[in-house]
Amino acid sequence: MDFGYQIFHSQPGSRLMRYAISANRLRDGLVVFFAPGETWVEQLADARLFDAEAEAESALERARADEKKNLIVEAFVFAVKAGAQGPVANHIRDAIRATGPTVRRDLGKQAAG
Amino acid sequence: MYRYDEFDAGFVKERVDAFRDQVARRLKGELTEEQFRPHRLMNGLYLQLHAYMLRVAVPYGTLDSRQMRKLAHIARVYDKGYGHFTTRQNIQYNWPTLADTPAILDELASVEMHAIQTSGNCIRNVTADHFAGAAADEIDDPRPYAEILRQWSSIHPEFSFLPRKFKIAVNGAARDRAAIQAHDIGLQIVRDAQGEIGFAVYVGGGMGRTPMIATKIRDFLPVADLLAYTQAIVRVYNLEGRRDNKYKARIKILVHEKGAEWMRAAVEAEFAAAPRVGIELPAEEVARIKAYFAPPDLAPRAHSLAFEARRRSDPAFAAFVASNIAAHRMDGYGIVTISLKPIGGAPGDASADQMDAVADIAERYALGEIRVSHEQNLVLPHVALEDAPAVFDALAACGLATANAGLITDIIACPGLDYCALATARSIPVAQRISQRFGDTARARDIGQLKIKISGCINACGHHHVGHIGILGLERKGVETYQITLGGSGDETCSMGALTGPGFSSEEVVDAIERIVDAYRMLRTDESEDFLTAYRRVGMQPFKEALYETSKGADI
Repeated sequence: MDFGYQIFHSQPGSRLMRYAISANRLRDGLVVFFAPGETWVEQLADARLFDAEAEAESALERARADEKKNLIVEAFVFAVKAGAQGPVANHIRDAIRATGPTVRRDLGKQAAG
Repeated sequence: MYRYDEFDAGFVKERVDAFRDQVARRLKGELTEEQFRPHRLMNGLYLQLHAYMLRVAVPYGTLDSRQMRKLAHIARVYDKGYGHFTTRQNIQYNWPTLADTPAILDELASVEMHAIQTSGNCIRNVTADHFAGAAADEIDDPRPYAEILRQWSSIHPEFSFLPRKFKIAVNGAARDRAAIQAHDIGLQIVRDAQGEIGFAVYVGGGMGRTPMIATKIRDFLPVADLLAYTQAIVRVYNLEGRRDNKYKARIKILVHEKGAEWMRAAVEAEFAAAPRVGIELPAEEVARIKAYFAPPDLAPRAHSLAFEARRRSDPAFAAFVASNIAAHRMDGYGIVTISLKPIGGAPGDASADQMDAVADIAERYALGEIRVSHEQNLVLPHVALEDAPAVFDALAACGLATANAGLITDIIACPGLDYCALATARSIPVAQRISQRFGDTARARDIGQLKIKISGCINACGHHHVGHIGILGLERKGVETYQITLGGSGDETCSMGALTGPGFSSEEVVDAIERIVDAYRMLRTDESEDFLTAYRRVGMQPFKEALYETSKGADI
């Protein structure tokens, strides 16, 4: 059984770091990511990545318009790194949100793949 | 057990209808999230890491088979086929949608259940000894008093916006199985010199970031004064409790800052001054509620030869009896603990099929009665020992016969960072790895009674402060790290664990636990001296040495 989750935490300001925007969908609460075309997708792999944090923060303003449209709640910016299979959240909390419970590999986004 | 009367049923239906309307308005955009959130929380619906989470109250941990089947049905139809039983004797669903929640609440209401007051700064689900009404050492059943408190505190207008949440626990036996001294109010049923039933009243206990053992402010409170005195305590708290800082807003901080004597005097003054009309408990009303919890009509049974024969011939059954069957007040019966801690499993999780199986087993062998324990197990309170082999086999068939109640693998763990938005580290994987390390039944039995409790953040839902070994998961520079405390206890000898020293990484923590356990086995006088007793005798130092010993000469 795989209990571990590799920690990808990198130093802030690392040149490898990029940024994405996440939220929870209002209707079912599921984790979603802000994507090209200003839509919301369920997989981090399909999310729009920003090179600079400031760029992501300014996109967050637009993403939050969807809070007012009652599509999503609690939008926020988080850091990602390039991984072998696409972007991986830098912080363990965001990584677990983007995949699912590490103790139930059959549940959450990891189950869909 | 208690059945809703028309008032209760009407009230719950109104609440569900109101919430359905609020959800519809939220989805249409007529309510903002800010406006909606308090309503959502007052109906037990949180937004967690992956999805919404619905916390359903199981008042004083008592369920019947019909209700358990409904919980299974909800898990199957509206969730992902399982539920999580919590340290507050509740059940949580991890994946309900907002749109489905009113339908779930309707389903719950159909079996007299709800999610009201499972969140928010109000009086939460009143908890009680999970062996209530069955334990051999019981003075009086705590559940009628818990039910009276539940009715009184449900949408109590004066106490719906307290400084912070408020938890009451009632224990009716000599042994405290409800951890009353770690609650905002703890009520211990006692008898006075005349043999009258009453309560010793404890105030200001709690865990979280500031663990405190409750102070006893009354040695004996007559039953008639239960509500009047509780009202006095909550009034003093409501008026004097801090609202400037949420981390200092629990009653324990008030008691700590003002002192126990001040608290006792303030409560007694309020109690003496407040009019008793409508709040004094008439004996007839107590009797009416008690009738719902009348002990089942069990006839004493002769010594069961079948039970003894199986125990002699089957070591697995013998191990189950030793750890999972407790003494019943009636000869020939036992209280069966159904461990939700399979070796390597997630503590407290049960699948829908397992819930259905427990409902069937309870109906067939245990008068349809089930309890949820704050230790995240289920309990069949009334099982004839003659039937124990059949119950064991039926539990084994659905993976629920783990013989580890009270042993090192019977670990409490909060959902932690795998599910919880507040968590700073994962709890369940640590519990799983400890469980696997000590999974051998003979080894676990040799170690004996040992309560490991794990929390994934300082809010302490995993009760780590009162674990004989407590583990607290924190984050240091983006990495999970685990602090260990020793010597905590939630029973009548309540104590808060002491920190061993620096924390351990996720990779190190299971080895660290093993070093503590090995040290205990070296230190104990003999096998009869359990971990907590040994710790209290020898203190922290030898454990610290075992835990942090460095190999001499390694740095040459």
